[in-house]
Amino acid sequence: MSTIVAAHAPGARSSSGFRVAMLLPGALVTFLLILFALGLVLFLAFRNNDGSLLGTGFSLANFATVLSDPLYWTVTLRSLIIAALVTLATVVTAYPVAYYLAFHAGRRRGLLLFLVTLPFWTSYLLRVFAWKIVLAYNGVLNSALIESGIWSEPTLAFLNTPAAVVVTLAHAYAPFAILPIYVALDTIPKSLIEAASDLGARPFTSFRRVVLPNSMPGVLAAALVVFVPTVGDYVTPALVGGPASTMIGTLIQAEFGKANDWPFGAALAVAVMLVILAVVLVARFTDRRFGSRT
Amino acid sequence: MSIAHTQGGGRWLGLYVIAYLVFLYLPVLLIPLFSFNNSIQAAFPLQGFTLQWYATLYGNTVLSGALVNSLVIATIAATGATLCGITVSYMDLYGRSPLAATISAVARLPILIPGVIVGISLLILINLIGLGPSRIAIVLGHILVALPTTVVIMRSRFAAIPKTIREAALDLGASDWTTFRRVMLPLSLPAIVSAFMLAFLISFDEFIVVFFLAGTEPTLPLYIWSQLRFPKSLPTVMALGTSILAASFVIAAIAEILRHRGLSATAPRPTDQSQAKQTKRGELQWHST
Repeated sequence: MSTIVAAHAPGARSSSGFRVAMLLPGALVTFLLILFALGLVLFLAFRNNDGSLLGTGFSLANFATVLSDPLYWTVTLRSLIIAALVTLATVVTAYPVAYYLAFHAGRRRGLLLFLVTLPFWTSYLLRVFAWKIVLAYNGVLNSALIESGIWSEPTLAFLNTPAAVVVTLAHAYAPFAILPIYVALDTIPKSLIEAASDLGARPFTSFRRVVLPNSMPGVLAAALVVFVPTVGDYVTPALVGGPASTMIGTLIQAEFGKANDWPFGAALAVAVMLVILAVVLVARFTDRRFGSRT
Repeated sequence: MSIAHTQGGGRWLGLYVIAYLVFLYLPVLLIPLFSFNNSIQAAFPLQGFTLQWYATLYGNTVLSGALVNSLVIATIAATGATLCGITVSYMDLYGRSPLAATISAVARLPILIPGVIVGISLLILINLIGLGPSRIAIVLGHILVALPTTVVIMRSRFAAIPKTIREAALDLGASDWTTFRRVMLPLSLPAIVSAFMLAFLISFDEFIVVFFLAGTEPTLPLYIWSQLRFPKSLPTVMALGTSILAASFVIAAIAEILRHRGLSATAPRPTDQSQAKQTKRGELQWHST
């Protein structure tokens, strides 16, 4: 009996050839393409630009410039505000949809989940482009408002504003927010909610004291998956934002393009990653306070 | 009383969900609407039906070159990403080694990195190893971008296969390799197809990373981007966009159906509850990582 158990112990019969073959593709991709490539960005951030691929010397000059030039503070702050607004708008509008899916959808749940995830798989560029034609001077919104007699003159006020960036990004990342919140709501034991109402809690009280706190891990996960891609976005500001809504991703892209100062662009990228790391840590800390179930 | 109250609340929520779905789909559906409109501008009132913008898509050699490029890159990148997703998640669940767990965690890391940083890090890497901006560079970039999706889909699929099935195969003397190839892979086939299709779509539509990695041969999103500068080509872009959206919707719909069918088909179901739990666990990992 004991020999049989030993023979079945995991790993005991694993041929090393199998293990190597199974680990190799993932190891190559993760260590070379992700970790080594990110290490290169970190390395480059401490180099001086001399036009060569990896720069020259070692210095903190890039970070000194990032910290001392008010331009980078302004743009970083703007990126953070835009990303925070997008995250807030996305999560707040998604929450009721997730709530409906978890508690009221019944037989329509599968269909609704399907409809909500479908846009996730369509081209991000086309979704942003759609907003460009909606908001343009001779675009859909202006012409619709004039056709219906609400306005007599088209307005330039829609396109090329930070508000256009917020609306476009909130729309583009909307599908990201619903599913994590839905999963968190759906995994709340129904007995908890029943207990609250048995003990005399009104529906709103039981929502505020039981459902909402228990769904916070999902809300935080949703906030994170929306915040991270939006804070570094450069496509939406370029298409619908105009010069007043340059974001940090725009600057990084420019340093690796027209400006051609890769070490400085790398330093900007490191700065963005540090900001994101801080946000993730705050989210983790908050998650633990709510008692993560994820 | 309480039940009546929640039902009333449910009705209002239902209306909200409908409004939300309209908001989600309306801007995107404007692209097909105006692609059939006989005007160079996307504005009301509609000027009448035309197919001329679709006709301009034919015979455009730059466009067809970009299309072929995108199809080839997406096929290779999706194959690579699916292969990595299968092996990484299988070893994460059954390899029982810290290395396998680390690889699986790092493979899902790109979710927490903005695309622009993924793009520049790969740009530095491909120049360092002497590849330079090229189609191979794009394939590598897209394997990376699609990897979190394939890992999450395959991981939740493997986790939903009852442990006893794999153990039975090993007990009956099948080697690791045979168990993997003859038992675990066939059982997860719908998820593999789904992961491949979604990885294909991710690569086919990807713009943020490919922007840094493309050499002289653009992909379809890069072609669209280059056309956005010219107001004259707006209707052509809308016709092209409509075709891409239609193809994306069909592929994504099939992939989603396969993914859910795959999850429910072999999940253990002594009761409905445990089946739901399996699905949830998969979805949970998808979003909390």
